[in-house]
Amino acid sequence: MLLWWLIGVPLLVGVVLALTGRRVDPLAAALGVGVSVVVLVLAVAAVLIRPVTDTTLFAGVRAGFAVDGLSAVLVVTVAVVLVAVLVFAAGEPDLRTGRFAGLMLVFAAAMLATVTATGLAPLLMAWEVMGAASWALIGYHYRDPAAVRGAHTAFLTTRTADLGLYLAAGAALAGGVGSLRLDTLPTATAGWRELLVAGVVVAALGKSAQLPFSFWLSGAMRGPSPVSALLHSATMVAAGAYLLLRLNPLLGSVGWAGPLVAWIGAATALGMGLAAVAQRDLKQLLAASTCAQIGYMILAAGVGGTGAGVLQLVAHAATKSLLFLAAGAWLTALGTKQLGGLAGSARRFPLLGAVFTVGALSLAGIPPLSLWVAKDTVLAATLAAPAPSAVALYVVGLAGAAVAAVYSVMALWFVWRPAPPAPQPQALDELEQEPTGEVPALTGPPLVVLAVGAAGLGVLPLLGHGLLRPEPAPQWWELVVSAAVAVSTAAWGWRAAIRLPEPGLLHRWWDLERAARLLVVRPVRRLAEELARFDDRVLDRGVDATARATVGVARLLDRRGETAVDGIVRGVADGARALGRWARRPQTGQLHQYYAQASVGFVVLAVLTVVVIVVS
Amino acid sequence: MLSLIVFLPAAVAVVLAPLPARLPGHVFVGAWIAAALADLALIVTAWVRLPAAGVGPGGFAFEVRLPWIPSVGISYHLGVDGLSLPLLAMTAVLFLACGVFALRETRRVKPFVLFFLALQTVSLGLFAALDLILFFLFFDLSIVFMYFVIAGWGHAERARSAALKFFLYTFLGSLALLLGFILLFLAATPHTFDIVELAAANPLAAGGPYAALTLLAIGVGLAVKTPTVPFHTWLPPAHTEAPATGSAILAGVLLKMGTYGFVRIAMPLLPTSWRQYALVVLVVGAVSVVYGALVALAQANLKRMVAYTSINHMGYVLVGIGAAGLVAAGDAQARTLATTGALVQMVSHGLITGALFLLAGVLYDRGRTYELDSYSGLAARTPRFAALFAVAAFASLGLPGFSGFIAEFQIFTGSLPAAPIPVAIAVTGILVTAALFLVALQRLFLGPLRLPDAPGTPRAFTDLRAAELVAIAPLLALATLIGLAPRFLLELVEPAAAAVNTLVAR
Repeated sequence: MLLWWLIGVPLLVGVVLALTGRRVDPLAAALGVGVSVVVLVLAVAAVLIRPVTDTTLFAGVRAGFAVDGLSAVLVVTVAVVLVAVLVFAAGEPDLRTGRFAGLMLVFAAAMLATVTATGLAPLLMAWEVMGAASWALIGYHYRDPAAVRGAHTAFLTTRTADLGLYLAAGAALAGGVGSLRLDTLPTATAGWRELLVAGVVVAALGKSAQLPFSFWLSGAMRGPSPVSALLHSATMVAAGAYLLLRLNPLLGSVGWAGPLVAWIGAATALGMGLAAVAQRDLKQLLAASTCAQIGYMILAAGVGGTGAGVLQLVAHAATKSLLFLAAGAWLTALGTKQLGGLAGSARRFPLLGAVFTVGALSLAGIPPLSLWVAKDTVLAATLAAPAPSAVALYVVGLAGAAVAAVYSVMALWFVWRPAPPAPQPQALDELEQEPTGEVPALTGPPLVVLAVGAAGLGVLPLLGHGLLRPEPAPQWWELVVSAAVAVSTAAWGWRAAIRLPEPGLLHRWWDLERAARLLVVRPVRRLAEELARFDDRVLDRGVDATARATVGVARLLDRRGETAVDGIVRGVADGARALGRWARRPQTGQLHQYYAQASVGFVVLAVLTVVVIVVS
Repeated sequence: MLSLIVFLPAAVAVVLAPLPARLPGHVFVGAWIAAALADLALIVTAWVRLPAAGVGPGGFAFEVRLPWIPSVGISYHLGVDGLSLPLLAMTAVLFLACGVFALRETRRVKPFVLFFLALQTVSLGLFAALDLILFFLFFDLSIVFMYFVIAGWGHAERARSAALKFFLYTFLGSLALLLGFILLFLAATPHTFDIVELAAANPLAAGGPYAALTLLAIGVGLAVKTPTVPFHTWLPPAHTEAPATGSAILAGVLLKMGTYGFVRIAMPLLPTSWRQYALVVLVVGAVSVVYGALVALAQANLKRMVAYTSINHMGYVLVGIGAAGLVAAGDAQARTLATTGALVQMVSHGLITGALFLLAGVLYDRGRTYELDSYSGLAARTPRFAALFAVAAFASLGLPGFSGFIAEFQIFTGSLPAAPIPVAIAVTGILVTAALFLVALQRLFLGPLRLPDAPGTPRAFTDLRAAELVAIAPLLALATLIGLAPRFLLELVEPAAAAVNTLVAR
């Protein structure tokens, strides 16, 4: 029951708010925050009670939800970030609408359902609703064509990957797992299990914006900053990592899956980190960094380090939502998110500057902040993995950490740089939106809470148990090595910040979106147009031509066949008429002619009689 | 009871017929709405009482059987089971919605209402018919009445040629169907047209060319009506030229006659041949899915686009029932899922596409054109219309939480074990439909405001009116109900689907 409340309350309130229209706008922000607090209370209760519910969905297919160790962590993370983000958004005038609050709640409900689902079918349902809600949230400013395009790209890219889950469900059924329960998936028969795993992996990589799907996260940055703080740091993009962590036994049951996933995670951690260095738009930088940081979770899932992945997920959720919210606050106040335009912003708004610094240093992996611990736990799990390429993965992961230090500190440098000496009001066309010049008071508390999390969540392994105390813990030397790497590259990054190159390829996120458009979108559109033409010109005309041909044949028959048949009929009639005319001729009405005719007749008759007699 | 359900609209039509056409239109439409409401209430009663009727799997409730032409084994035979009752309910709901929507109809209201009442009777009759000739009669009459609706209340001169094309094409299909029925009749001893008796006797159990020919005739006849690629080209012009209510009924109810025919006649009466050619059915379905979606993506006209998505959605039905025939490859659960999904898809498509066509009618009413390029940024001007259209679009693209997902997920999951490659190709259909609905939403509603300023545009571009809202919103609400709590429907459909599969597998 508790679980239905946990999912149902935000879902129902969200749908009502989103559909009610502008009448609820004055109440929307307060309602949104209120409901999110209720969700948080329910989430904590769910963690304590550990409810389980299960019901039939389709013939033999179960729909169940439960809170276990892994879900518990995620449920609380989602609820906390939701509260923080909605409180923050309540301070932004253009987000105080029923549509915004409602969609955020619907999204949260979908995420909560995703992380508590115990079967593939309910998981897929929640997973797709989450994608649709993200479409509506990214495109919140629907008059902005770039936002709409970003929303389309995000939804279509993630849905492309989601097809994997549809196939996985079919493969599971074919493999003998009729209930589609997640915990029984590894028992699927061998051949189908490979398809099952492949589908799940593709779906997870798509949702988590891993290579080669990363590009959708770039376009998604056109959405409001609180949306990015919830969707593109703590929840939606984390869902893919969650799925792989949840299905770790399944990955382990197919030989190639673990190493493949691990390598994609590591490659994303490094590759998208490099892309982040080339960004000069703060939100783009944070987005690329999100791909990279989630790469570590994927890496953890690939090497079987579930606990490490969860730790990274939680630490990153706090850190990155903090950073996105800070970037959003600056965007509102100063009208820009370009690093160049943010000079002096940290000094002008000291609280923002302080919390941003905490977040950025955590992201850089500077000890003793949370991501330093989390990342090292992932790397420790990598080293402990039996895979032959463990050391190579470790090295790539460490390189990714160094890159993270560089871009984080580069962003810090830009925001702490003194403002230009003669502050000229920037021309409006250089800005992205009208600056308000102030940061609402409401934004303070959520930022501070998240900053405390970003700084301190690294102690979880010391306090926690079970999942939150991952084994193996990093060795002391690993922590020292990564700290040394982070500090030294950060120091270098601070000095080199203004000179760091921004190669075009990296700036454009490795041209992944262009590749997708060139290789997928354009051919499909071409094919669609060709088929439409074929439909009109060949199929439809073919039918029309058949109909016309039928009419033509009819006409032909009418002209040729009919006259011929009619001609015969007419000929018979004409003949009959001619015969009639002849028959009429003897009837003259004059007796002497009748006598003559009669005598001729008798003669003929007599001759005939004679002939007959003679012959017989 | 069933006879009352079927002939209630016709009876109302008979009562209305002598009234003078000068009476205000509300009299006629009001009578129609009342009849549809009463019909719906009766069907709901039947639904509720069905468990009490104590009908086992494969049996029929509320059966009526009267001799009609006994010399050739034709009887007036009606009955419902889990296959037909949901479709009856969907039909009644859709006609009710169309009635409410038609409150604003001003052109020759009396004949308009009479034709729709007649259509309602033949539609309900078809889904309740248990005799091939009765089925055929309703099948043909639906074509006749729909022809008059399109030709008489369509948009322009072109409506008449579209209606003619619709009539001739589907009529030709129905002739193929009749041929198939006669072949079945001749094969059975004793000769009969009764569906229940033919299903029990299974006269063509041996298969062979005669049975294959019979299936071909019936299959082509139903495929034209469904329609599947390549027999679909009558559909886009008919939809484009038909009035909104006509399109809603055409797509929502008439197309289901084809797919329902497969489940009610082709599968149980020709099980051997169905199993033999199931893969063909499945592949035709997969081709329809992908082809319909891609061609829809390329359309610039909203109604043509929705029409092509109907081809796509009906393709899923064929995939599901095709997979159900691949007995060797799939276990019972998978086949039940596939058939159940196909049936749910029929109901779901009726509700969602009905709503979409009515919404398209609203758009035409305001702007006098379906061209997507003529509009932009409507979300600001007509928020309710935009919200409802967005909900319908997401429902149509198979988003979970709506009935389309319940159908498609079951079809995909149930069919994949039997034929992985065609089904994997068909799955991409949901991606293309997602793309095309997003594009349509973007063109119509987002961006800067732009309205068509052609000379035909009559009045200010207003948001949904109350009657339109009352007509459309319940359809989407039902689609959501099925999407979130499908058990009430599945409890009814699953046993029936399993029974059909048992008949196919024998």
